[in-house]
Amino acid sequence: MIQINKLSKKYKGADDFSVCDLDLAIDEGEIFGLLGPNGAGKTTLISMLSSLLKPTSGHFTIDGLNYKEHKNQLKQLIGIVPQEYALYPSLTAYENLMYFGSMYGLKGQSLKNDINAHLETMGLSKFAHKKIKSFSGGMKRRINLISSILHKPKVLFLDEPTVGVDVQSKNVIMAYLKELNTLGTTIIYTSHHLNEAEQFCTRVGIIDHGTLVCIGKPKELIAQEENAEHLEEVFLAKTGKALRDHA
Amino acid sequence: MHKLWASTYKEFLLVTRDIGGLAVLFLMPLLLVIVITTIQDNSFKSIKETKLPILLVDMDKGKVSEDILKSLADSKLFQVDMAATDEEAKQQVLKGDYQLAIVIPEDLSSQLDIKINENVDGILAKFSDGEESIPEVKSKMEPKEVKLYFDPATQQSFKSSVRSNIDKMISKIETETIYKAFQAQLTDDPSEAIFETEKFITFTEIVPSKYKEALIPNSTQHNIPAWTLFAIFFIILPLAINMVKEKNQGTFVRLRTNPVSYATVLGGKTIVFLGVSLVQFALMLAVGIFLFPLIGLPKLDVSGRLTLLFVVAFFAGLAAVGLGLLLGTIAKTQEQSAPFGATFVVILAAIGGVWVPVFAMPKFMQVLSNLSPMNWGLSAFYDVFLRNATFIELVPEISLLLAFFVVTTLIAIIYNERKNAV
Repeated sequence: MIQINKLSKKYKGADDFSVCDLDLAIDEGEIFGLLGPNGAGKTTLISMLSSLLKPTSGHFTIDGLNYKEHKNQLKQLIGIVPQEYALYPSLTAYENLMYFGSMYGLKGQSLKNDINAHLETMGLSKFAHKKIKSFSGGMKRRINLISSILHKPKVLFLDEPTVGVDVQSKNVIMAYLKELNTLGTTIIYTSHHLNEAEQFCTRVGIIDHGTLVCIGKPKELIAQEENAEHLEEVFLAKTGKALRDHA
Repeated sequence: MHKLWASTYKEFLLVTRDIGGLAVLFLMPLLLVIVITTIQDNSFKSIKETKLPILLVDMDKGKVSEDILKSLADSKLFQVDMAATDEEAKQQVLKGDYQLAIVIPEDLSSQLDIKINENVDGILAKFSDGEESIPEVKSKMEPKEVKLYFDPATQQSFKSSVRSNIDKMISKIETETIYKAFQAQLTDDPSEAIFETEKFITFTEIVPSKYKEALIPNSTQHNIPAWTLFAIFFIILPLAINMVKEKNQGTFVRLRTNPVSYATVLGGKTIVFLGVSLVQFALMLAVGIFLFPLIGLPKLDVSGRLTLLFVVAFFAGLAAVGLGLLLGTIAKTQEQSAPFGATFVVILAAIGGVWVPVFAMPKFMQVLSNLSPMNWGLSAFYDVFLRNATFIELVPEISLLLAFFVVTTLIAIIYNERKNAV
């Protein structure tokens, strides 16, 4: 589904590459976890795959479509759940969803039905006509997710979708993502919650300093690492224990 | 088209949900035009109706000072108080108690008489064909000086106006004295009128008009277009802030991942903010037509001009929206967009002739004012309001406003494409 070849990104004025000569292939129907410490290059990679950033070199295709030649088709094919709540606070949940759905060319009763169905699944029906600014973090995260899947994308990118949410909201979000995956959506997901990734992902890639340091199924990676019982131990073994503060 | 409609509806909701912002957008311009027109109208009236207290130091105690005092009283502009000495008058003006003091020098009347009589004698002797000899010795007199003390806070325009009035007054007295001197020399009968002393040259103010009835522009007719335009251009502030907010909220990033062009996103904003500027304009007109007469200000006359006024407002609104789109595209924070936007609009207004007429500006600024969209808009409004222009006559100005919108919007789109090129 996603084929990445020698993809690199170096920001203007930066000394090092944020993503460096990265090769990666993600199959259709996978839930791929992109893990790594702060500044490892996860968000940069997702931003390039979702047409927000221009790669410095290399190329990638999604479902056979090249980002340079099929920008708009690609945008129609993918969904992006950004780290921040990308919603209008003074609009209601319903108005936000109607607007972002319309941006994918969706309209009419079918869009309204889809919105109502998603709100119902996410437990937000009774808040449909409340303004986003009155929502809790967990509620905003759920609306953020719905905004990105109304057009039924083949590939869904999620950049830390459960940051700052309570356990209940997290469970609802993760269950919903699983359901989407069973319906055929390929999911690429970044997170610092390694336990969550271990449970959720079919395959993970640990990225550090812009390069993949290991890739595989969570259980295989744990088995390969000496004395490791969880993905967290694999993660620390591969990326080290040094703090990754950067400004 | 569906995406444009959805964008427009979203912008409409965002604008109408911000009640405070909406109130500022509509009420502040109204307040501005009411305050400015009231001040300008009243300051114009106050010059006519209220008397300015001034000090007079009469060291002459003669005919000239008597005439000056009478002229000052007749002008009904001044309330004249007397001071004993030059120094006392100077101190009172310096303290700010009076804006003006006039000091009439000692022996002004007597020496003016002597001077004029000598001159008249000299002239008549020239024509007397030897019957009278030309007086050989002329009195040696220093020219007399009427001193004017102005409060340092007095505006230059007021000083010039007072100086010119006093000058006219003194010239009139001098002329009358000359006539009287001739009269005394030519006839022994003081009742015999040899000279006609009434003004031969007078002025009539005529405003050129295509129609029989000339429209005399009043403060409302001048203020509504100027300040409406100022208000319309202030729309760049909420528009730019709206766009910067989208960047900060992350919604702009989401839109960039959606299959929608930046032009469509800007299109929605253009339609809504253009609508806002037209509502602003309609409210300003309504204030001029209905509220101004109720609060004693001249009524705004829009008869037969309403359509053309809205045409100009439409294109002026477009130009303002274009500028707002550009500013909102380039600015990264509200701290960048708000102060820059506000200052820039004030600069555009200044060079556009909202405060000082373009013809009164220095040459360089006059050239610069041709580049201000506010100048194009103001000219178009004045053309409609004061010169009864037709649509065809407005085409050059509204074309410039339209071109300004197109250019600023294109720059915004290109800038966004380059900045976010993938």
